[in-house]
Amino acid sequence: MLSYISRRLGVTLLILLGVSFTVYVIFAFLPFDPAALTCGKNCNDPGIIEANRRRLGYDLPFLTQYWNFIKGLFVGSSYGMGAALINCPAPSLGYSFREHACVSSIISEALPVTLSLALGALVLWLIVGVGLGVLAARYKGKIVDSASTVFVLIGTSLPTFLTGLMLLVFVVIKWRLLPFPAGNYTPFFEDPYEWAQILFLPWVTLAFAYAALYTRFVRSAVIETSNEDYIRTARAKGLPEGTILGKHTLRSALAPIVTMAGLDFAGLLGGAILTESVFNLPGLGRLAIGAVVEYDLPIIVATTLLAAAIVVLMNLVVDIAYAFIDPRVRIT
Amino acid sequence: MTLLQVRNLSVGFPTPDGVVQAVNDISFSISAGETLAIVGESGSGKTVTNLALMGLLNSNTAQISGAATFQSHDGEVDLLGIDRSKLQKYRGRDISMIFQDPMSSLHPYYSIGDQIIEAHQVHNQVEPEVSRQRAIELLGLVGIPDPAARVDSYPHQFSGGMRQRVMIAMALVNNPSLLIADEPTTALDVTVQAQILNLLKDLQNKFKMAIILITHDLGVVAGAADNVNVMYAGRIVESANVFDLYAKPSMPYTQGLLDSIPRLDQPHTNRLSAIPGQPPSMISLPPGCSFAPRCSRKDEVAGGRCSLELPELTLRSASHSARCFISEGAVAT
Repeated sequence: MLSYISRRLGVTLLILLGVSFTVYVIFAFLPFDPAALTCGKNCNDPGIIEANRRRLGYDLPFLTQYWNFIKGLFVGSSYGMGAALINCPAPSLGYSFREHACVSSIISEALPVTLSLALGALVLWLIVGVGLGVLAARYKGKIVDSASTVFVLIGTSLPTFLTGLMLLVFVVIKWRLLPFPAGNYTPFFEDPYEWAQILFLPWVTLAFAYAALYTRFVRSAVIETSNEDYIRTARAKGLPEGTILGKHTLRSALAPIVTMAGLDFAGLLGGAILTESVFNLPGLGRLAIGAVVEYDLPIIVATTLLAAAIVVLMNLVVDIAYAFIDPRVRIT
Repeated sequence: MTLLQVRNLSVGFPTPDGVVQAVNDISFSISAGETLAIVGESGSGKTVTNLALMGLLNSNTAQISGAATFQSHDGEVDLLGIDRSKLQKYRGRDISMIFQDPMSSLHPYYSIGDQIIEAHQVHNQVEPEVSRQRAIELLGLVGIPDPAARVDSYPHQFSGGMRQRVMIAMALVNNPSLLIADEPTTALDVTVQAQILNLLKDLQNKFKMAIILITHDLGVVAGAADNVNVMYAGRIVESANVFDLYAKPSMPYTQGLLDSIPRLDQPHTNRLSAIPGQPPSMISLPPGCSFAPRCSRKDEVAGGRCSLELPELTLRSASHSARCFISEGAVAT
């Protein structure tokens, strides 16, 4: 198992290297001059542009730039010299001239927001999706099942920005059930109560859409597994229905959910753009959108790379988790 | 002692096109220690009969009627009459079942030991270690080499024949008085088939249990069974002890099944004889004998009676009954 994990980790590093190179190539050959972008919209002074180009290393050959980028990840990087020297400690992802900050420090502020949002939503949608899915399968054709179908239809057809806005309008403004999320994200370790209060509606918004999908998926997985021969064997042994459902059926039915949840979670960590925008949360999604709008290339490269890295790493996590669930894929 | 007495069992499955009458008013009994074979083509109702007795049919989709009196560890019960939740305590303890496809009958995520231990634990209030020793003992009895080590293996680490042995070990872990074996050898290699049948025979002597052996293979029946029920289109068409059945089949369908067994003592140039036609639709059975449309001898009975009137299951001798006008003596004049 350990050798498998280390082998997979090695492969993952190679994949990440490939991804980073691809991302770097794409952005290096975009028809923008990153140096010109550093000096404002109405800046035409070639002197400043050339100075910035040299300062940020955009004058170097492409491969050298890439090498410096990779090197920066491990030893940090510095730009300019003398009084104007800027130091970005490792892991450095570049320097954003627009924000006047190292990209890694910008990201380290945005990542916890997105992580909090995605993690809370994941927990919520797994509870609702798996619970409702199992109930719907168990009482197939009964009223619970029909109700879950309605829930699924609404959840899958309502876009998150609409759900989010409706929650804001009704829960916060009309019914005053929750205070207005002021948009000042509070880290969990500062004030857990405030943290949860601000994130509660975003969680619900995000989880709603996913819970609907998972309900459908779990329902059909449970129904399908219930028809397996080994479930009939379990019943023939004289096991109570609760054990058959809870132990035998769910273990098989939920195995694919692990894969699904892992990848959905990874996707969200790249930035839940709509939800973050509706609730004004300073997360990765909003950071990326802002960077795209403003042509802030170092941030675009970094967020893209980060999203890719998260997906690749979550794949590894899912594969390892799967090996624990299914003895047939267990590798020694 | 009669262990199980089934009376007038019928099972129907309502569909949009009508009720599929999978089992039609059948009665039979089995004594302790006896092997009863139920023989018939696919779809003749053999499996459904036994799933109904085990309470393994979905009560939402199956209409079951009749009575099945069974001598359980705590007295006489009607398997078809009692509440399904009460049936659970007899399943796996008094009556066990093994299935056709050992490849899919074991849970792929649990070790075989866990699955056998679970079957023991659910009916016995003992320490898990006791159940584990029992599992190892049973695995040894069914011929798994090095059972103490193999008990922690997973199903995918076993071949089909070995998995069927594991299924048998699991079925016998609580010492049941009745084992229902639903085509236990159909999915296995021919060489393994014989091993499994011999194993069942040995274990039957050891455990003093009765076996209902469901099969479509009359070759299997000859070697293993005491009595035979031949089923066709949901009805028992012939019932006899195994010697009478082979010596004097009293129903053209049984004769057809016997003729379709390949035989070494016949010239191999002869083509294997097959019964022409298909079994009837179970939604609208023909009014007369359900085998009449395929029967080559129906013209021997006067007035097309076979196609108009359902023959009763009547005695040919003390241990032999059949559902046929021809062997009843009604012959065209």
